[in-house]
Amino acid sequence: MQDHPHPSEIIAAVARFLKGTVAAETKGATSFNARVAANALEMMARELDLAPLAEARELKSLEALLGVTGDLPSLNAELSRRLADGTLDLSTPGLADHLWDVTLTKLAVDQPKYWGYQAALAERPEQHP
Amino acid sequence: MSELAGPLDDLARRRLGGDGISGFARLTAGATQEIWRFNLVKDGAETPLILRRAPGGDRVSESATGLETEAALIEAAAEAGVPVPPVRCVLRPEDGMGRGFIMGFVEGETLGGRIARGEALAGARTFLARQCGEVLARIHTIDPAKFPNLKRVTPLEFVTLYLDAYRATEWPRPVFDLAFRWLLDRCPPPPETPRLVHGDFRNGNLMIGPDGVRAVLDWELAHVADPMEDLGWICASSWRFGVADKPVGGFGEREELWAGYEAAGGVKVDPDRALFWEVFGSLRWGVMCAGMTQSFRTTDPNVERAVIARRTSETEIDLLRLLAA
Repeated sequence: MQDHPHPSEIIAAVARFLKGTVAAETKGATSFNARVAANALEMMARELDLAPLAEARELKSLEALLGVTGDLPSLNAELSRRLADGTLDLSTPGLADHLWDVTLTKLAVDQPKYWGYQAALAERPEQHP
Repeated sequence: MSELAGPLDDLARRRLGGDGISGFARLTAGATQEIWRFNLVKDGAETPLILRRAPGGDRVSESATGLETEAALIEAAAEAGVPVPPVRCVLRPEDGMGRGFIMGFVEGETLGGRIARGEALAGARTFLARQCGEVLARIHTIDPAKFPNLKRVTPLEFVTLYLDAYRATEWPRPVFDLAFRWLLDRCPPPPETPRLVHGDFRNGNLMIGPDGVRAVLDWELAHVADPMEDLGWICASSWRFGVADKPVGGFGEREELWAGYEAAGGVKVDPDRALFWEVFGSLRWGVMCAGMTQSFRTTDPNVERAVIARRTSETEIDLLRLLAA
């Protein structure tokens, strides 16, 4: 077991420094890039917090949908193949829910402020990740 | 300043009838274009102008038309009654500045968020979607025969082009496969009359003032194709800047866009075909974002590029909302 504070806590602190100090005390491209860097770190902190549980859930869901076992890259590649050739489609039980669950989690990490994500959450209150 | 200042000052005297230049400064650090502004000085008066140049003077991306063609497109658009910045001159090899052109400076707003939400443009938003339809109808009257070097693409070829680009990322995105399947199952036949389309007509590439569209910018993705493509692209979720209930660029309704298009002489809009191109629009932007991972790992390893790559998931949720609601 690695020690604490957890990586996501330390990363969040670095992001606060970049935003609150570097971006605030510089200007132009440096200030802008410090803000972009802080946003990127905040994204990584969210991924460290959310991904482990969500990816375990995704793996189980993929195995149930596809009837095979494997790791996330190979099972996602297999799901892609079956959607591309039409073997699976939105009428497949569980498929739409799976895609919604995985995609909502991606957005919770990547861009939780994106309006399309906020709209989807409002439309699908049962699927809060 | 820049090694360009000398040659530009010289060009201003030789080709623009001025006494020199002032206020030369780069406006964007864009990866695909260089945009500079400067003033043409003549008899003590200053006229603001824009220099648009291939990055480094000569690099042009594979999908872009090339700067000389872009200048010719803007001139043809002006003749067709499309608001564009007037082209003042196209760079020649002897100008020693690489490839590009000089155009007039048009005052206005290009930032999508301010156009969709800013108080200053609230009045314009009441008629902007309709006006965009009218402008697109005029763009689609430009004779493609004048531009034999522009790409001709059928709907199926266009979808396939982006499907190949997605596959080349070698990263599975089941939502993209669902969307490509949806598009391939509904792919319209080639249009009876292919038109010259702008190819990137959206909120962000339009110069807007309180009086509406002042200039249509960024002609580098123009090609000859189904005119409905342009009407779908401006409705893609990616250009709404947070205004969920205004599908046209975050400022208007599809029906206003279509009414303006038809009233100005465009072909009658088939809503299914428009939806096809709207879905394709989200997917096309998604594939473009997904490709940023490759750029980040090879040519442009900066943080902003990585963050744009991570915006791919925005288009995945947009596609699910369109196809699996």
